[in-house]
Amino acid sequence: MMRRILGQLANPQLLALAGVLLINWLLFPNFFRITWQDGRLFGSLIDVLNRGAPVAILAIGMVGVIATKGVDLSVGAVMAMAGAVAATLVVAGYPAPIAVAAALTVGLLCGLWNGFLVAVLDIQPIVATLVLMVAGRGIAQLITQGFIVTFNDPVLIFIGTGSFLGLPMAAVIAIVLLVIVTLLVRKTALGLFIEAVGVNRAAASLAGIRSRMLLLYVYGLSGLCAAIAGIIVAGDIRGADANNAGLWLELDAILAVVIGGTSLLGGRFSVPLAVVGAIIIQAMNTGILVSGFPPEFNLIVKAGLIFLVLIIQSPLAGRLFPARLRPVQEARK
Amino acid sequence: MDPGLRRGDILWWWELGWSTREGGMVDADYALEARGIIKVFGNHVALDNVDFGLRAGEIHALLGENGAGKSTLIKILTGAYQPTTGQVLADGVPVALDNPQQAQKHGIGTVYQEVNLLPNRSVAENLFLGHQPTRFGLVDRRKMERDSRDILKRYGLDIDPASELGAHSVAVQQIVAIARAVELSGKVLILDEPTASLDRNEVERLFEIMRDLRAKGLAIVFITHFLDQVFAVADRVTILRNGKRIETRALDDVTRTDVVRLMLGKDVAFSGATGVQDARPLGEVLLDFRNYGRKRSVHPFTLSIHKGEVVGVAGLLGSGRTEMARIMFGADAADEGEVHFEGKPVSIARPTDAISKGFGFCPEDRKAEGIFGDLSVRENIIIALQGKLGWFSALNRDEQMEIAGKFGEAMDIRAASLDMPIKLLSGGNQQKVILSRWLATDPAFLILDEPTRGIDVGAHAEIVRTINRLRDEGLALVVISSELDEVVAYSSRIVVMRDREMVAELSGKDINPGVIVQAIANHKEGTAS
Repeated sequence: MMRRILGQLANPQLLALAGVLLINWLLFPNFFRITWQDGRLFGSLIDVLNRGAPVAILAIGMVGVIATKGVDLSVGAVMAMAGAVAATLVVAGYPAPIAVAAALTVGLLCGLWNGFLVAVLDIQPIVATLVLMVAGRGIAQLITQGFIVTFNDPVLIFIGTGSFLGLPMAAVIAIVLLVIVTLLVRKTALGLFIEAVGVNRAAASLAGIRSRMLLLYVYGLSGLCAAIAGIIVAGDIRGADANNAGLWLELDAILAVVIGGTSLLGGRFSVPLAVVGAIIIQAMNTGILVSGFPPEFNLIVKAGLIFLVLIIQSPLAGRLFPARLRPVQEARK
Repeated sequence: MDPGLRRGDILWWWELGWSTREGGMVDADYALEARGIIKVFGNHVALDNVDFGLRAGEIHALLGENGAGKSTLIKILTGAYQPTTGQVLADGVPVALDNPQQAQKHGIGTVYQEVNLLPNRSVAENLFLGHQPTRFGLVDRRKMERDSRDILKRYGLDIDPASELGAHSVAVQQIVAIARAVELSGKVLILDEPTASLDRNEVERLFEIMRDLRAKGLAIVFITHFLDQVFAVADRVTILRNGKRIETRALDDVTRTDVVRLMLGKDVAFSGATGVQDARPLGEVLLDFRNYGRKRSVHPFTLSIHKGEVVGVAGLLGSGRTEMARIMFGADAADEGEVHFEGKPVSIARPTDAISKGFGFCPEDRKAEGIFGDLSVRENIIIALQGKLGWFSALNRDEQMEIAGKFGEAMDIRAASLDMPIKLLSGGNQQKVILSRWLATDPAFLILDEPTRGIDVGAHAEIVRTINRLRDEGLALVVISSELDEVVAYSSRIVVMRDREMVAELSGKDINPGVIVQAIANHKEGTAS
């Protein structure tokens, strides 16, 4: 039992996270200091969870899409749309629950639209979702009519900046979502079906898996997750910025999934490890910020990380290192 | 008759330092010749000492079943592969074909089944791509189009050279591809299944062009699955089987039956082997296909399948065997006829329809359509059952292990662990896993497409044993196989396919390889000749 737990902890994602945290601590000795103020926790680690939550939520949706050999480039734009819808509705006087429900519905519909293009019209995912990546931001700008729509709705602001049991609301939402989606894919056969479709769609169809429905679900979930992230980001800045909300975050989400060991060629995937990937990215961002380096370093370091992940996943590394050190390819039960 | 020399002879000449041309026995007519070609991939011998000689002014058909080595030989002749040992000679002179461009320089042009030109450019550009006529350093479009018109006229095409290639039919594109290959290369033309997507009139038109080019002295290699076409247009035929050249003959000297026999490797002259089921009473009818067919895929067929019987399907590659299996399983939807299951009309438009009625299908291309390479043996076994149960009622790990263990043992699957990826297993064990996948769903009807192709002897025997056992347990099976001895042994009826049509249904004493080969070869009036 003990050995099994230790074995699971010894996977490369968690080791990488530990490494990043260690470097942060060396650069900024107060990194691990957490204080309790006004009924909530404060500290750099909490910051990592709070700031990392939107990308983690995107990654939770993205990992299923990538496992089917697809990719969803539209999530950043869907975030902007969801934020714009929620903000415009509360500004127009609708109650927050309706605004939130409408924003979630928009996200779900966007996801289903992507799924329709990929599953029914058989368009390549990268092109299919590119349509909404471009159009979505335009639609968001139309909804906000080009302005940053600010609001004072307490519910939306709570979603973006509030806290629950001392933890930031965004992190709580991400954790709840992580648990739900993990149970959904691992306690039912969805995870197996997603992997089967990703590994070999032709064989999956012949084995009786309704791959079209499955792709619709997976893209739908990705859209829904993007909408949740969009509402959080809007609540955080108390406004919907159609131009900048979620900008380039689709790439962070993809990176998080890849760091989490899911191959862009589809197949084996892990939702928790994708979230770990998102936390690694945010830990680096935060580390650079708190240790006083100029934020420009951020992009360079991120590029270095991508390079490292690519090398670890390359066929060459597979020959040089034993399988254990490579990203986990076995589903966790 | 013998187009080349034994490999040993060539080595001997080499050792004496003589030029091969002075060997005396070399047929100087050969525009292109391959001598003693051996091609090894890993530990698989794709071509085993193959000689192939192509004369100027002949159409030479190259025949063989899947895996016989046709495409490997073609790739060597066109410089895409280098032989492990052996030589290629053009006009009797040894040439090094390191890449397709060099083959082109030596006058060898190729046209593939899928036209690989640029559909979004003009016909003229496609004809002259890479060597456009220039004027003052710029492409001389007017000259290019004028020349194109002349070329097209020679091939009987009256189309505008400035029009987009993609706007024309596949047949026209095919002819443009041939024109380009001939204009560029001019000595040898290799046609790799050029007729696969053409209708009868288009095929005839292509043949006219081929005959015309032959008269002009071109040497043509013609690869096809259709025997009728071989006999309609070719002068000689070379038959490959399992990487070996079996025979090269003038077509005037051989019958269709000879050719089929050579391709399938059956010495069937008076084989007395017949089915063991002569006296076996058939169970009740499980499935009844009535005029069931799909346009451009398989002609309507009528066939009823009983419980406790194996219906064998024989026919050459491309005869419609696999297409028949696919519409039976709903992998392709039928657009004609109806099917009755246990006496009631049903609709089988997709695999899930078929699976819900207890059908299972082991496809021919195991790797592309059968296995999930990265998933475990266990998951590969339970996936169809799980698909049947739906995503919500998941089998937990213990249940999965139990099912996989049970079938792993029953089918003697040799895997170090049920959790290892299936791609690490041998072909035979993979096939056993896919069979287990369907057996786990407790099927009533199984369709097996070439279940024993490319697997080792032990697995082969295990699968044949399983087919017999399932039949005795009352399952209905349709088994497609090129292994006639095998089909004959377990089938109570045999359906013969030719040209995407069911042409015979054999039973009783007719179930013997000789009759089957005859039925496969039989020439039907009015086909493509």
